[in-house]
Amino acid sequence: MNPIVIVGSGLAGYNVARELRKLDKETPLTLISADSAQFYSKPMLSSALGSGKAPEAIAMNTAEQMNAQLNATIRAHVRVTAIEPAQHAVHLYQETLHYSKLVLALGADQIRLTIAGNAAERVMTVNDLTDYTQFRATIAGKESIAIIGGGLIGCEFANDLTSGGFKVSVIDIAPQPLSRLLPPAGAAMMQSKLAALGVEWRLGTSVTSIDSAGEKLRLTLANGETFEVDVVLSAVGLRPRIALAQAAGLKTNRGIVVARSLATSDPDVYALGDCAEVAGLVLPYVMPIMHSARALAATLAGKPTAVSYPAMPVLVKTPACPTIVSPPAAEAKGEWIVTADAEGVKSLYQDVTGKLLGFALNGKATAERATLTPQLPPVLS
Amino acid sequence: MNKWQCIVCGYTYDEAAGDPEHGIKAGTRWEDIPADWACPDCGVAKADFEMVLLAA
Repeated sequence: MNPIVIVGSGLAGYNVARELRKLDKETPLTLISADSAQFYSKPMLSSALGSGKAPEAIAMNTAEQMNAQLNATIRAHVRVTAIEPAQHAVHLYQETLHYSKLVLALGADQIRLTIAGNAAERVMTVNDLTDYTQFRATIAGKESIAIIGGGLIGCEFANDLTSGGFKVSVIDIAPQPLSRLLPPAGAAMMQSKLAALGVEWRLGTSVTSIDSAGEKLRLTLANGETFEVDVVLSAVGLRPRIALAQAAGLKTNRGIVVARSLATSDPDVYALGDCAEVAGLVLPYVMPIMHSARALAATLAGKPTAVSYPAMPVLVKTPACPTIVSPPAAEAKGEWIVTADAEGVKSLYQDVTGKLLGFALNGKATAERATLTPQLPPVLS
Repeated sequence: MNKWQCIVCGYTYDEAAGDPEHGIKAGTRWEDIPADWACPDCGVAKADFEMVLLAA
C-alpha cells in the first residue's frame, strides 16, 4: 500500500502525524521536509532571546527522533518539485513517490516589500529556525535593529530584542501597532509599554530605501526622515504557499482552497495550516492548526471528520504588555466598547443586542480571557 | 517549584504561579494538575501534553 505522504515538517505537518499515530499506528507514513526536519515550536522564535534560549536549544527533536517517535519515514532536505494528483504522485528531485493520501502542510512565506536602495537585499526575515539561527548570528555584537512591521511578530520581536539589550525601532504604515488586531485603545497601551521599554516607534510611514553607510544601514522613510541601524528585520505578514498546488491544478485563492473536510479540489489531497484557506479563512495561528490536525488525522484514519473552530483567542507574546485578542469575524457588525485604567485595557466588540463578538485584552485585563472566551461565537461551528 | 514548557506552542507553566485563570492555584505541581486541563494557548490536553522541564 502506498503511504500517506505529508509535505512539510512545521507544526501543521508534524501535528497531523502525531495525531494520526494516536489513532493508527500502522499505516505507512512519509514526511517530506525541505529543511532538516527538526521539530520545534515556531512561536518560540520571537520570544527566545528574552528567555535566554540559544537557537540550537529551540529544536526539541531531530528528524531521527521524530522518525522513531512517529514510526514514519522522514525525508529531510528534500523538495517536492511537482504534484500529479491524477497519478497520486509527488515528484522530488530525480525521484517520484506515490501516495494513498497527500497532506500539504507547506506553510507561508514572509512577504517582502519592494524597497529601493543599494542595501535593500540585506533586509532579513525570520520564517523558520534556519532563518532565526542566521538572524541571531547577524545581530550578535550589534546594537540597533529596525523592524519593518508593527504587527504580532513585529511587536513580539520588538519586545524580545529590546529585553535582549538591543535598541529597536519599529516602522509601520498604520498610525498604531497591531492595526489588524487591536482597536486604538489597546494599541495605545502596547505602544506606550513598549516605548517605556525603549522601543522607538515610527508610525504612519514606510521605508522607501535602504542604503549601506559603512558597516551600518541607512533607512529613508516616506516622511523624509533618515536614520542608521545595524540590522533590518522585516515582519509585514505572511503569504500562503500556493504555487505547488496551483501548478498541480488544485483550486487556490489566497491559500490552497479546502473544505471543512480539509480536502482540496482533489479528494485525496488535503491541506492545513498557514498554506490553507479553510472554508474561506486563512488563520496563521497555532490553535487552528491543532484543531485541523486532529480532524484531519481522524479522516486519514478512516473516520471522515469536518474541522470545527471554537473561538480561538490569539496571544501576543509581549511580556511588557500581555495581550490576548479574539478578532471579530470579517462580516461581524458591532462596535468596540472600551474600559481602560492604568493597568489594562478591555475592549469588547459587541453587536446591538450586547452579544460579544470579539475582544482585545491588554495588561491586567488579560485575566478575563477565561470568562469571556466561552461567550464568543465559534469561528466555524 | 519547576517551570514547564509546552512543546507545541511554547506556553510556559510556572508551578509557582499556577494558572489561576483556569482554576489552577499558584503552587500547583505539574503532576497535580487534573487530566482535563489543557494548554491555555494551543488547547493540547494534559493527557497527551508534552511538557519539557525548563528549569528547577
